[in-house]
Amino acid sequence: MIKEHKEETRQQISDDLFTPLNRDQDAERIDMSPPVSFWKEAMQRLMKNKGAVLSIIILVMLSLLALIGPSMNDHTYKAQNLAHTHLPPKIEGLEWLGFNGQDVKGNDVYEARGIEENYWFGTDEFGRDLWTRVWKGVQISLFIAVVAAALDLIIGIVYGGVSAFYGGRLDSVMQRIIEILVGIPNLIIIILFILILEPGVTSIILAMVITGWVGMARVVRGQTLKLKGQDFILAAKTLGASNTRIIFKHLLPNSMGPIIVTVMFTIPTAIFFEAFLSFIGLGLQPPLASLGVLIEDGYKTMRNFPYKLIYPAVIISLVMISFNLLADGLRDALDPKMRN
Amino acid sequence: MKKYILKRILLMIVTLFIVASITFFLMKIIPGTPYSNPEKLTEKQRIVLDAKYGFDKPLAIQYMKYLGGLLQGDLGYSFQFEGRTVISMIKDRIGPSVMIGMQAMVFGTIIGLLLGIISALRHNTVVDYVAVTIAVLGMSIPSFVFAALLQYVVGVKLQWLPVALWESYASTILPSFALSVAVIATVARFIRSEMLEVLGQEYVVTARAKGLKESTITVKHVIRNALIPVVTMLGPLAVSIITGTLVIEKIFGVPGLGEQFTLSILVLDYSVIMGITLFYSALFIFIVFIVDVLYMFLDPRIDLSKEG
Repeated sequence: MIKEHKEETRQQISDDLFTPLNRDQDAERIDMSPPVSFWKEAMQRLMKNKGAVLSIIILVMLSLLALIGPSMNDHTYKAQNLAHTHLPPKIEGLEWLGFNGQDVKGNDVYEARGIEENYWFGTDEFGRDLWTRVWKGVQISLFIAVVAAALDLIIGIVYGGVSAFYGGRLDSVMQRIIEILVGIPNLIIIILFILILEPGVTSIILAMVITGWVGMARVVRGQTLKLKGQDFILAAKTLGASNTRIIFKHLLPNSMGPIIVTVMFTIPTAIFFEAFLSFIGLGLQPPLASLGVLIEDGYKTMRNFPYKLIYPAVIISLVMISFNLLADGLRDALDPKMRN
Repeated sequence: MKKYILKRILLMIVTLFIVASITFFLMKIIPGTPYSNPEKLTEKQRIVLDAKYGFDKPLAIQYMKYLGGLLQGDLGYSFQFEGRTVISMIKDRIGPSVMIGMQAMVFGTIIGLLLGIISALRHNTVVDYVAVTIAVLGMSIPSFVFAALLQYVVGVKLQWLPVALWESYASTILPSFALSVAVIATVARFIRSEMLEVLGQEYVVTARAKGLKESTITVKHVIRNALIPVVTMLGPLAVSIITGTLVIEKIFGVPGLGEQFTLSILVLDYSVIMGITLFYSALFIFIVFIVDVLYMFLDPRIDLSKEG
């Protein structure tokens, strides 16, 4: 029985199924494939990640609105109009979305007070236009976060790079300093620094940078240590490349992946810290607006004027979600383990 | 191992000393005085008050006295509340904070583990996508924004739970839940990726090949091994909960340490700010230490002493 079966299979496989491999053709095929650079491949992987692409679109849109939003109507972020206080949001044609100018009890405030003009996001207790203030707030929050992340990046690269590149006793001293700094809860130190600095954009950025660079320094140091011993660095040294050239032409470009990912995670953290500080009353002072200031303002009166809380709350959440998703996507895209 | 623990304890003491010094000198250069109406004080009253709180002495002496007090567990007196020691204030205030903190930690870890494990076992299904979405939302939405919205919807609109009062057990639910969201998200994300990694390991294939039941493999091989690295998350999570209590307690009117801290900051009650800062730092450093040592015991492959 079994033998018969075997005979049958053998008969099915005829000799003409086997042809010698054409080696020339094969070699040609390998040469044909164009070399794909690491960055191009990472970009392709990122573009396949739906969440990351959506995040990029949302972030671009929010940034554009933050730039042009405050000048889309005639109001400024600090102009008060005491005749127009606490108006609910109203947009012609979008009434069904809740932009109907009605307060929590369902009365049309615009009609009752005879106001012709529409405020898209409503107004606050001083009659300031919330559309302008919200986008101004996004602008300031993003500015603070981006500058803080950039400063973290510069200090982190210099500190981590020097520490790892020169090594030895200098490295161990610099590492002990980092070990101590990591042990300090950063938010509490930030609060203490804000207390001694005048409240404002600069002091918030400074306070965040004081502890924020440590993470970046660790990433850069780890990367540099990993790369330092590799053959291409040795080759560059043998060819007589200066230290500056090795650092800027070889070490930094090859550490770019983890550095970019760290920056992308720093930005939402900075946005959160700014909002947090403003919420406990240590952030920007009115009439300046940031997302934290607006949320704190809205929170105080959310019972009667929930719209004051909802728009900044939704926007800060959107910003945070987008940055986190984008950072996740970048991490996956830049991970060398994913490269085939 | 012993050497490593000793080194860590030494580092802890140095860190605490540095935090204490930074706090002390920062408090000295803060603009403004702890007296509520400094311009109304006469020269004489000022001198008397300065002498009472020891501000008339040279800075070095004040610093030594402060450090000496710390060694004896003395954090000084509050400026805002006449005659109350900072230690007694911390003791009074810590209870509610620990209560909501622990509740958030336990609840968050359990729900996070369940969510993460289910989503890894149902990888790339609708269940997985829902869990991942919840995790991303939980990680991204700031805790105080979530707390404010929660308070509005559950407390004001639906009126299911007290908005902000500290009376019965029901008042602990909303603050604990608001705090636990970040824990749920972090734990779920972490255990999910750990599980997916373990599921691809060869010992899982081996276990399948030798005919073990799928449930046995999941529990004994996958979950067990994936749980170990989750321990490393507990330190940062505890810290995020402590940070979270600062605003969450303010929002829900919890009479805890975080609320006291934010209050003292606004009235510049120096000694209370210093005391609570030190207390938080010590707690933070201690938790990270415990977690590191625990991790070493759980996973013998980890040797922290060789790192860095």
